Amino acid sequence: MAKVTHSQKSCTVNPLKMSQPIGSALAFMGLKNCMPLFHGSQGCTSFGLVLFVRHFKEAIPLQTTAMSEVATVLGGLENVEQAIVTIANRQKPAIIGISSTGVTETKGDDVDGYLKLIREKHPELDHIQLVYVSTPDFKDAFQDGWAKTVTRMVEQLVEPVSADTARNPVKVNLLPGAHVTPGDLDELRDLIEAFGLEPLILPDLSGSLDGHVPDDFTPTTIGGISLEEIAGMGLSRHTIAVGEQMRPAAEAMAKKAGIPYTLFDRLTGLEANDEFIALLAGLSGRPVPNKIKRQRSQLVDAMLDGHFHFGGKRIAIGAEPDLLWTLSGWFHEMGAEVAAAVTTTESPLLERIATDEVLLGDLEDLERRAAGCDLLVTHSHGRQAAERLAIPFYRIGIPMFDRLGAAHQTIVGYRGTRNLIFEIGNMFIASGHEPTPETWAHSEETGHVGEKALAAH
Amino acid sequence: MSSLSVKIQDVFNEPGCGKNQGKSEKERKKGCTKQLQPGGAAGGCAFDGAKIALQPITDVAHLVHGPIACEGNSWDNRGSKSSGSNLWRTGFTTDINETDVVFGGEKRLFKSVKEIIEKYDPPAVFVYQTCVPAMIGDDIEAVCKAASKKFGKPVIPVNSPGFVGPKNLGNKLAGEAILDYVIGTEEPEYTTPYDINIIGEYNLSGELWQVKPLLDELGIRILCCISGDAKYHDVACSHRARAAMMVCSKSMINIARKMEERYGIPFFEGSFYGIGDTSDALREIARLLIERGAPPELMERTEALIAREEARAWAAIEPYKKRLTGKKVLLITGGVKSWSVVAALQESGMEVVGTSVKKSTKEDKERIKELMGEDAHMIEDMTPREMYKMLKEAKADIMLSGGRSQFVALKAKMPWLDINQERHHAYMGYVGMVELVKEIDKALFNPVWEQVRKRAPWEETTWEERADAALASEAAALAADPELAKAQRRAVRICKCKAVDRGTIEDAILAYGLDSVEAVTERTHAGSGCTGCTGTIAGILESIEDWRPAPSAEPAKRAA
Repeated sequence: MAKVTHSQKSCTVNPLKMSQPIGSALAFMGLKNCMPLFHGSQGCTSFGLVLFVRHFKEAIPLQTTAMSEVATVLGGLENVEQAIVTIANRQKPAIIGISSTGVTETKGDDVDGYLKLIREKHPELDHIQLVYVSTPDFKDAFQDGWAKTVTRMVEQLVEPVSADTARNPVKVNLLPGAHVTPGDLDELRDLIEAFGLEPLILPDLSGSLDGHVPDDFTPTTIGGISLEEIAGMGLSRHTIAVGEQMRPAAEAMAKKAGIPYTLFDRLTGLEANDEFIALLAGLSGRPVPNKIKRQRSQLVDAMLDGHFHFGGKRIAIGAEPDLLWTLSGWFHEMGAEVAAAVTTTESPLLERIATDEVLLGDLEDLERRAAGCDLLVTHSHGRQAAERLAIPFYRIGIPMFDRLGAAHQTIVGYRGTRNLIFEIGNMFIASGHEPTPETWAHSEETGHVGEKALAAH
Repeated sequence: MSSLSVKIQDVFNEPGCGKNQGKSEKERKKGCTKQLQPGGAAGGCAFDGAKIALQPITDVAHLVHGPIACEGNSWDNRGSKSSGSNLWRTGFTTDINETDVVFGGEKRLFKSVKEIIEKYDPPAVFVYQTCVPAMIGDDIEAVCKAASKKFGKPVIPVNSPGFVGPKNLGNKLAGEAILDYVIGTEEPEYTTPYDINIIGEYNLSGELWQVKPLLDELGIRILCCISGDAKYHDVACSHRARAAMMVCSKSMINIARKMEERYGIPFFEGSFYGIGDTSDALREIARLLIERGAPPELMERTEALIAREEARAWAAIEPYKKRLTGKKVLLITGGVKSWSVVAALQESGMEVVGTSVKKSTKEDKERIKELMGEDAHMIEDMTPREMYKMLKEAKADIMLSGGRSQFVALKAKMPWLDINQERHHAYMGYVGMVELVKEIDKALFNPVWEQVRKRAPWEETTWEERADAALASEAAALAADPELAKAQRRAVRICKCKAVDRGTIEDAILAYGLDSVEAVTERTHAGSGCTGCTGTIAGILESIEDWRPAPSAEPAKRAA
């Protein structure tokens, strides 16, 4: 059980955290024919845009209200209005997802009020959904922005259903957290469909940012879940949420449509997936398909083969709470020890992590704590630290800008877990040191054998 | 007026900027920050521009005062290289929270500077102002002054909150910051008659090092490059250079000009992209140095080096030239690269079928015309669909652009090469030119294109075929229906700033017998914004015979 501490530094060095609005924008990117819009100055959008382009290696739809200094002081009604009208005319989206930023939150722009006025003034825009989420940059982090946005989508876009309505027996809602990649979503969809169930994924990045060659140029999002599908989510028989951050969204869905939900705080690891598959079998009333049974058996074998390399290894992880929980739980199951854990924002999961301390801090903090560890695990910004520490570095999370296929990294399900064992296990194997005649020489200071070997390790 | 608005006015009054000087006093006061269009804007902010301009100073700590978005979302994304310290790659931010927004972030900023100096001991700390602390009234100048005094180290305020304007303004505000606080504050150990500054070069992918050996060989010392691979001490001493070369005119002209004014350092604008341009730049450096007292024999040595290097580069390009001659390039980039790269590509035998001029100055455009001919296809601003059409119609073989538009080419299964700041290859000087040609050759002749263009065995038509068919039917419809063609021609928006379409301009010309761009602007306001469309308006005036309706049909149409 971990003690949760906050960094006492004034200056954040090498940020691990990213801002709320871009988490919010990413959630909007999982909707079909959507244009995410930041209410802020141009740079707020530009930084998020570049970050996602570098991570997904895809064109990213993201617009700005382009607040100037004067507009910021006077309030952004005109800019929001003009932005919505411009986007409606140019890109013709079905939905515009609006996220606030630090600039407009500091001023205190009442965007909900603005939207009311804009609705009155522009009845010709009635066919476009406007979803607004308050996401100041100076509060919370990436996954919070995502979670708030999905909750807001449920509240605004799902049509209410009374508890006694007949449900569609094969429809299942899936609410993934910000840490679930398009590759993970594909895997989850396959598993759910293997039981004859049909998942409605909100938001669905697997259709929009999974790296495919689209059939046409679309200025808005490509793929993703449509508004009609979201509206009908209230008729599903069950909601599956992935990640603690999705609890409010799952609860909102339960409130709106009386749908029971099951929350999986992680889907990496044998036990977690056993529970998941058992739920699917229960919901569908079907036996577990042979394909999945075989995958489970393969995972068990991979765990047996891999545990030699994981046992006793000291791991340093920097990640947002849900991803940190997923990874640290799995590392623990493989026999490794989480020696350093740094995260970005509050979560009830943090104190349950099997390590001494979880710090809300930055990559400088992680680097200090990672000295003597066998593996550094964080997003691509950790590469400088890993280089200085001279330890292997496993990239995971957003942004991952110096590797191909970030969107397809898959760690959920039996198959995803198995692959993760192979990938990281192979890193441990590759970083083993070849012994030399000096390896076991007597250390000059202590006279002990093997000091050098230990130090080198 | 606050000191920031004074600074911005000062930047707008830049006499070295031809565009500004062409405006009236009143226009000039408004500056170049035309109101960006909400919902239709793209690009960075002033803070982004300031950070880009100064971050390549490698040994100082760059501290961003603001909420996590400004640094957390953007750090560690530039490819500048350092020959020494790597401190510039470390991301420092005050990551202000709600409490700071309410009570002010100055204390946190001061403590942050203290922590940085204690832990990293850099020669200086650069503090970047962002929107939120600017709004709540954090006075970074005062904090920096106090911190400088307390810690006995330069702490430099860079006052460029994002909302004051676009990236380009931020570049200039960064220039002002180092002019005010850094340049001229220290003295070099020694000086030589061969000391130069290079201004507006950021050493992306280590490009500066493709040129430095040439200068080294000539005995020319880069006293300071602002700001690629620079150290704080170099920048502080840079006022002792004998001459300067300005590489990117748009970003740092104020530095070049003010250093000329304050310290008498003459400068010229040049480019190290392309063989001919590199030679010209070397000659110009030698000429300026000789003018400032270096021995005239420098020119002979420079010419000898140019002759040798050019011959070497041509020999290296020769094997590629055969394969590349006749290949067509579509160039979508901004500013100085739009002409310096045109020259470079032509040297390798390729034909440039179009180039974008979105960020180019009037002079840049003139240079393009010189290089590509009067009817050069210049692209102001394009949607992805238009870009694809352009790729198709121009029958280009490869597109060179920045990362933002790469997917237009890639998803259309067209070869593409990154020539913007995120690229990973260095293209400067003679060796860089050879590298560029090599990369284009690699991209063009990669067998992958044949593979990816194959349709799936079960697919009847590809989307490209459908798109092409749509384009063709559109063209056929226009050809068959002159009224439709006319309507479409008239609907084209000529002036984006003032939202004026071609029809309005045509009508005004006919109705009032206008015969100059100025007259059209006065009547229709077209061209009174960023003035980027004045060339197009001139074109409309010149081609009046092509679109003027036949006299007899005129009244009927007006009635309709």
